[in-house]
Amino acid sequence: MARKSVKGPEVISKKDASKKIVGVAGRIHQDITKKKKKPEMRFPIRSLANVKYDVKRGHFEILGKESTRTLSYNTVKAFAQSMRLLATTKNDLLDRDDIAGKREVYYNSKSWGECRFEEQPESDSLLDDIEAMLAVNREQLGYIPEERGGDVCGPLVVIDKDPVSGKDIKIDCAKLGSGAWSVPSRVEHLRFQSKAKFVLAVETSSLFQRLVHHRYFEKANCILVSMSGVPTRACRRFIRRVADDLKMPVLAFTDGDPYGYCNIYRTLKVGSGQAAHINRYFCVPSVQFLGVTPQDIVDYKLEDTTHPLEDVDIKRAKDALKNDPFIKHHKEWQKALNQMLKMGVRIEQQAFAKYGLNFVLDTYLPEKLRKKDFLP
Amino acid sequence: MATKKKTARAETAESMGARQREISVSEFFLKNRHLLGFDSPRKALLTAVKEAVDNSLDACEEGGVLPEISVEIEQVAESRFRLHVTDNGPGIVRSQVPKIFAKLLYGSKFHRLRMSRGQQGIGISAAGMYGQLTTGRATRIWSKTKKQKHAHCIAVQIETKANKPVILEDVEVSWLPSFYQDDPHAEPTTWSHGTCVSIEMEAAYVRGRLSVDEFLKQCAIVNPHLQLHYRVRLLRKSNEKNGQTELIEQEEPWTTYERVIKKLPPPGREIKPHPHGVELGVLIQMLKDSPSRTLKSSLTQDFSRVSDKAAHYICETAGLNPRANPTRIAHQQSEALFKAINSVKLMRPPTDCLSPIGEEQIIAGLKKEIQADFYTAVTRGPTVYRGNPFQVEVGLAYAKPGENDDLSGDDPIRVMRFANRVPLLYMAGGCAITRAVGGVNWKSYGLAQPKGALPLGPMVIMAHMASVWVPFTSESKEAIAHYQEIVRELTFALQECGRRLSVYLNKRKRAAEAERKRGYIEKYIPHLALGLKDVLDFSEKEKERVERDLKKMLERTHLEV
Repeated sequence: MARKSVKGPEVISKKDASKKIVGVAGRIHQDITKKKKKPEMRFPIRSLANVKYDVKRGHFEILGKESTRTLSYNTVKAFAQSMRLLATTKNDLLDRDDIAGKREVYYNSKSWGECRFEEQPESDSLLDDIEAMLAVNREQLGYIPEERGGDVCGPLVVIDKDPVSGKDIKIDCAKLGSGAWSVPSRVEHLRFQSKAKFVLAVETSSLFQRLVHHRYFEKANCILVSMSGVPTRACRRFIRRVADDLKMPVLAFTDGDPYGYCNIYRTLKVGSGQAAHINRYFCVPSVQFLGVTPQDIVDYKLEDTTHPLEDVDIKRAKDALKNDPFIKHHKEWQKALNQMLKMGVRIEQQAFAKYGLNFVLDTYLPEKLRKKDFLP
Repeated sequence: MATKKKTARAETAESMGARQREISVSEFFLKNRHLLGFDSPRKALLTAVKEAVDNSLDACEEGGVLPEISVEIEQVAESRFRLHVTDNGPGIVRSQVPKIFAKLLYGSKFHRLRMSRGQQGIGISAAGMYGQLTTGRATRIWSKTKKQKHAHCIAVQIETKANKPVILEDVEVSWLPSFYQDDPHAEPTTWSHGTCVSIEMEAAYVRGRLSVDEFLKQCAIVNPHLQLHYRVRLLRKSNEKNGQTELIEQEEPWTTYERVIKKLPPPGREIKPHPHGVELGVLIQMLKDSPSRTLKSSLTQDFSRVSDKAAHYICETAGLNPRANPTRIAHQQSEALFKAINSVKLMRPPTDCLSPIGEEQIIAGLKKEIQADFYTAVTRGPTVYRGNPFQVEVGLAYAKPGENDDLSGDDPIRVMRFANRVPLLYMAGGCAITRAVGGVNWKSYGLAQPKGALPLGPMVIMAHMASVWVPFTSESKEAIAHYQEIVRELTFALQECGRRLSVYLNKRKRAAEAERKRGYIEKYIPHLALGLKDVLDFSEKEKERVERDLKKMLERTHLEV
């Protein structure tokens, strides 16, 4: 079932990335001194409005919409910050073969005087801009994500390399005792061996712990991945590579609420609006949704374990129905969201504890896997 | 129920008649001194200064002399002050001095319609009377005219029952009015003519909004042709000696308000009363006193703006014979005549009798005493209320917030009120000027304004009403009555000033905005250039060029005001 697209994101050498930055700066310099016109920077627009759901490829593909930041009174600060950030990226990271975290970028700017970032979200957003403008994902620019990539447990052998000696290191994810293996920020060099039947990506780490504790991965012969909310790029890429390399189906198990559906699951499957320019690598088009679905609430008589939908949930659901190209494409999802809105409630993964702590792995998961009534 | 004992014998008409007698004006004002502005010790000092300075200015202007006046207040005891006001006016002939300074309602200004500071001939005599009442001291006058060889020094008191001056001393002295010169080494300036009046009175000296200091400062603003010297010599309590506090005199320096306009204002022309401005009583009196032999000629000669045709028409409307004797009409048919006069349309009174300060002079006056950033002034054309010509002027000074310590941006603006070039300090709340200022919508000109109140801001407004007869609300001449015509003229002048202010404020706002933008742009351009330099690795010189080009580029689009 897996498509053959093992090829990772286009690998650009640090030298080439550096050249791209010089190219951008050179054009700006030309604008100012030769053409005597206000310099501008062009970025692809990073939002759901600038993606389409590419059904054949199975992910969000970026459309051509661009925003232009022309130098003016209003943009001069962001312009200056972008320029300094480009300079830092080129001189300190690419040319010196160094790495930096997003938070380090923010702190590094504190030496820029008035030009510094006041809050980290400012530098994060500018970094996303630069990434999109250069069409080079930030990991290749030397920026490492600080968020955890996700935890893995189950019958999977990961073949990594010793960064010093270059020798292979084999990690058996089934033999980690009560712990788990953490997905590193870069997964392109990893190789995998497994005889598992499928990958189960769960939203919460508490449920992940329960499944690991009871060695559910042995019982069901699956690889467990904990996403802890919206999966990071590394986590998405890791699942994608496992799915492609081992031709393994993937199932997602999240809370039954609009955030679980429209943010966690949708991002895992087709990517996000924010990182639309790199979605094609950082998504798992083959993933299917196991639960918790609104219908599960009815089927398992869980009405008394639900919570009323909050305003943000309702807004999120309605927004997705109206604007999310993925939801708009799948009738099943529209039906599910409308059903949830009608019921006016949401449910957590842990709610199955109503019938006993292990009901979820003894009864719910096996039944769902047997019935195979997954959402697309 | 019969009363056993009478507590008092009933009055008879005769016994009452024995006690009924004439009350002189002086007695009346002695008992009602608040009517003239002598109700409290500190107000008394201010009123005395004001009356003396008014007289001096009027005298100088009438005599065609550029006024130089010196005001000296000397504390002689804890609550007793001696006031000296010296001017370089034409002087007063000896025979007139006692009446002018010690007889109420004696003067040259009441009987004619002419724009002047004094009106009734009460003020300075009342000040002398007040001094006499509180200290027992006489008013002392030195005066010299150009023609006289010597000055005369006269001490007078007022006999209150008879409203008559009593001369206590009358000698010839060699005296010349002399004035302090700003250069401490220079000899005082002396003049060959002038007058000095000295009154001792019970009073209190204060500083602030209602003080002599403020009055004189405002005088200087509104009379930019006046050279004014002022000093206060106070006694200071020294350390207690032998259990007694001693008062020590302090030598205070002179303050000089410099003359900035070296031309006398054109004198106001005297006019005859306009029929529409006369009340019935006055009409009767005028008819009685008329030198004319017929009613028609009385109307055309004694009043302004009554043509032969109009006089004829008035007589016809009143059913009177144009050739009747005006004295007889006064007794019998004045009411019919009065009605007829008011039903007839007449030309408005002549307005060339007014002598406004003038926009240029107002601005010069404001500039010299109030430190501000923006000045403007509006002099309205002359117009008429109740038959009296009048003219309104408004000046405005706006300081940059924080640049003038006296004017806080958060407080209500200061309003200076003037009537015929005399500052009005008391009773601001009851004055037509205050009402007009509060009635203008200053919000539309860019100032904050609590509802119906004075606007807030670092601003001074001066409003001047010039008229042959200023309608004061009381004899102490502190507030202008609310005539609709006057409030309307004031409002128009204020609004015009307001419009100019808003142009200025908008310009300043735009300049401040441009300045802010310039700062912002200049803050970030070097960083942009530095970033480019770091990436492209070019020279410091090239970086400067980039900065220059960028600055030029951005300033062209964002900073053009």
